[in-house]
Amino acid sequence: MAQPKPVAAAPAMPGRQVGRALPRIEARDKVTGRAEYTHLMQLPGMLHTKIFRSTVAHGRIKSIDTSAAKKFPGVHRVVTSEDVRSVIPEPYYGPAFHDQPILAIDKVHYVGEPVAAVLAADPHIAEEAAALIVADYDELPMVLDEVEAAENKVLVHEELRPAGTFADLKHLKGRRGTNIALDFKLRRGDVDRAFADAARVFEGTFRTQKVLHVALEPIASIADWRESGVTIYTGSQGPSFVRAEIARLLGLPENRVRIKVPYLGGGFGSKVYIKAEALATALSMIVRRPVKVALTMEEQFYTITRHPSTFRIKTGIDRDGRITARKCEVYWNGGAYADIGPRVTQKSGFTASGPYDIDNVWIDSYALYTNVPPAGALRGFGIPQLVWAYESHTDTIARALGRDPIEFRRKNILRDGRPHATGTIMQDASLEATLERVSQCLNSKAPLVRAGGPLRRGRGVAIGIKASISPTTSVANVTVAADGSTTLACGTVDMGQGSDTAMAQIVGEVLNIPAESVKVLPRDTDVTPYDMSTLGSRSLFHMGHAVRLAAEEARDKIKALAREVGEPEGSNVPVSELFKKRYGMQAGTIIGTGIYKPDYVPPDAASGLTPNATPFWMCSAVGAEVEVDVETGKVRVTRLINVVDCGRPINPKIVATQISGAALMQLGFTMFEKMHIDAGQVTNASLADYKIPGILDVPPIMNNETVDAHQSNGPFGAKGVGESATFGVSPAIANAIEDACGVRLTELPLTPEAVLRALRAKQGKPLEDEQ
Amino acid sequence: MTTINFTLNGEPVTADVKPHHNVVEVLQRDFNLTGARESCGQGLCGCCTVIVDGKAVSGCLYLAIFLDGTQVRTIEGMADGDTLSPEQEAFIEAGAFQCGYCTPGFILMTRQLLDENPDPDDDAIKHYLSGNLCRCGAYLEIMEAVKLAARKRKGAANIG
Repeated sequence: MAQPKPVAAAPAMPGRQVGRALPRIEARDKVTGRAEYTHLMQLPGMLHTKIFRSTVAHGRIKSIDTSAAKKFPGVHRVVTSEDVRSVIPEPYYGPAFHDQPILAIDKVHYVGEPVAAVLAADPHIAEEAAALIVADYDELPMVLDEVEAAENKVLVHEELRPAGTFADLKHLKGRRGTNIALDFKLRRGDVDRAFADAARVFEGTFRTQKVLHVALEPIASIADWRESGVTIYTGSQGPSFVRAEIARLLGLPENRVRIKVPYLGGGFGSKVYIKAEALATALSMIVRRPVKVALTMEEQFYTITRHPSTFRIKTGIDRDGRITARKCEVYWNGGAYADIGPRVTQKSGFTASGPYDIDNVWIDSYALYTNVPPAGALRGFGIPQLVWAYESHTDTIARALGRDPIEFRRKNILRDGRPHATGTIMQDASLEATLERVSQCLNSKAPLVRAGGPLRRGRGVAIGIKASISPTTSVANVTVAADGSTTLACGTVDMGQGSDTAMAQIVGEVLNIPAESVKVLPRDTDVTPYDMSTLGSRSLFHMGHAVRLAAEEARDKIKALAREVGEPEGSNVPVSELFKKRYGMQAGTIIGTGIYKPDYVPPDAASGLTPNATPFWMCSAVGAEVEVDVETGKVRVTRLINVVDCGRPINPKIVATQISGAALMQLGFTMFEKMHIDAGQVTNASLADYKIPGILDVPPIMNNETVDAHQSNGPFGAKGVGESATFGVSPAIANAIEDACGVRLTELPLTPEAVLRALRAKQGKPLEDEQ
Repeated sequence: MTTINFTLNGEPVTADVKPHHNVVEVLQRDFNLTGARESCGQGLCGCCTVIVDGKAVSGCLYLAIFLDGTQVRTIEGMADGDTLSPEQEAFIEAGAFQCGYCTPGFILMTRQLLDENPDPDDDAIKHYLSGNLCRCGAYLEIMEAVKLAARKRKGAANIG
């Protein structure tokens, strides 16, 4: 198979690189099947792993009988936590809490938790042998629901173990008798008084279900441990974090831990922090051979998921229809291990009152441990759960007041220059423009054409905002070789969002070279400098700045070189000639480095207030048109309008796909995706039983747009866009359903069964099992 | 172990397989071809698509032993040297993927669709590609790519 032809080294090219709809720079490798993914990699002498998992949701391990598995022909080794502790004495990991053991120790905390591992050269043998392991448990009472968990009657962990990374978790160290892994509070104004003074007060409770990322490349890591250190090949969104955490577990300096990350077959938050890396490393240390841990699709359901949530919301309205107070109590079901849940609780929790201008706000946001598979980051980091509640609730208020839902939002919307609930003054948040554009596309003043027979049509809208993850740091290096060709080293992981292409465009813009001529190095922590992680739509902003700064430093050094060799100012002599003049031959290297960390003020511990909560706001609005069959409850989304503010798009083509892709993913979470859990056991852990959107689920009309905007502190006016189109999809559709047939659903997903039950209840004829 | 002989992207090849080995693992292990890849493991997502005797099959379910005596084509056999196939070109130009994991399966199905129906309408495309999943949700661009590929193939046919 031929390699793509090398691009000629950096000819000066007129025209700008930022704003080009350039195809992805790795496109050719992806359409020829040659792009590298960890799940498909093999090392010489490598052993395969099959994980033996817990069958009970909460229990003490009485015994693990591995004898039959050990005797199975072709098995190299069977490993339990005892073996792990012989190489890693304190084998607990996690970004917020050091609560997760590499293999279960003494207790299991959810069905599917790794208990033992079988190693074999043939993966089929490992799988067959793992089925021969027998574990015996003393079962303990379990707690599955987040609200129930907050009562602390059943305790998931005896003692809390915060990692020490985050200042606002330190007070939880050693705390016993609780399932609450973080209780974030925000207090602004006086809500009680405002409720007492309000003309109307509205209350509601909204719930979201447990869903899965379903990255089509399942989680995979290969560790190769030697006396000199460990090399880990892994499908990770955060190579720098993996390096630091593995170094901590092993007691090694970071330069003895090397993390190599090829392309990712989807991430969506499932591949941040530690996933299979710690187990692969421990196994490689035990057997002194390269070891691959590659999950199946089924195993992803037992690894990391999205937080189910319960959100109790209460709103006070004055006589003019202005929102004067909002009280939010949010319970996040974090599952058995905290992962990054406490950050979801705080970083998203502080926006729970919504994008409205409200003087009196009270937010309580709780991260809860429960006995279900862990929950962490998933595209939106908690925001879609919050927007589901506050935009469903806001719509019910508008309808109860007899006001137009768009007009009601317009009246209360949070405008630039006004303080957010945190006290942070809104800036460069074109939320209103997104709402106006959706309103225009929906043509909401025009009457809907009524459908015939049992079909009812309706329209709905929703708006949402998200803060970025701060304070976080990104570093980049831009290297110019003696022939003038340019290479970028940065830790941002391209998991499909097109970051390699966007970063190459930024380098090209600064150095005035075609983006296609820039080589973006594969992630390798021996070569690529520190980056906090690829998550939360932070990369284009944070790493984009670092890349810009690195390229600017390289550009300045090229100019200095030109001066040094006596070229007049403004000379267009090729860079290669400058090197040749200076070093007498094709020799030398220029390296530019950029480091970026935005300003940030942490929230006050008591009030949750801060003058600088985020370097930028993501904003979006959604409009939906639906057709409801009132005889069956079936909902057809006939039109979905997604409008986002992403500042100035670096690559408009990739931005459009990010918008439609995010909206379609959230459409699945809205209409049908749900992990069913029975007595702690996930009962639909496969794509046969857990359906994700296919091509037939795409609404017949989809508008995916950006508004004309400029992020004044962003690189070239840009900001992140990966999550923005997820925010309001669910409530926009639920609002359209109410518009169509008068029923209000308060729990996702919006299945035909849920709609039919609500219709029948409204008619006073509930389905038989509810009578 | 059973020895099987088949034609892989035009080349005669041999492999020793056990009865339980599927097509994907044999392609990866014996031929270092990773374009067909297992994802759901149930024949539902289309990531493992390979063409056996002109017909698309799910390589994660199709037993390798059945390849004996067949003509097998994978994504690695689509391009002609440096020249991409019209379907591959169309997927790049339309931006019809993000992470790329599902892309080989979609391209092989598009080739088969256009072989059977050179001028498919939207419904025909959706029906034909409903067995392939793209979690990045690039479906709008995939629709565009299939139509673009159809035009490219017609253009090539007219020139030819």
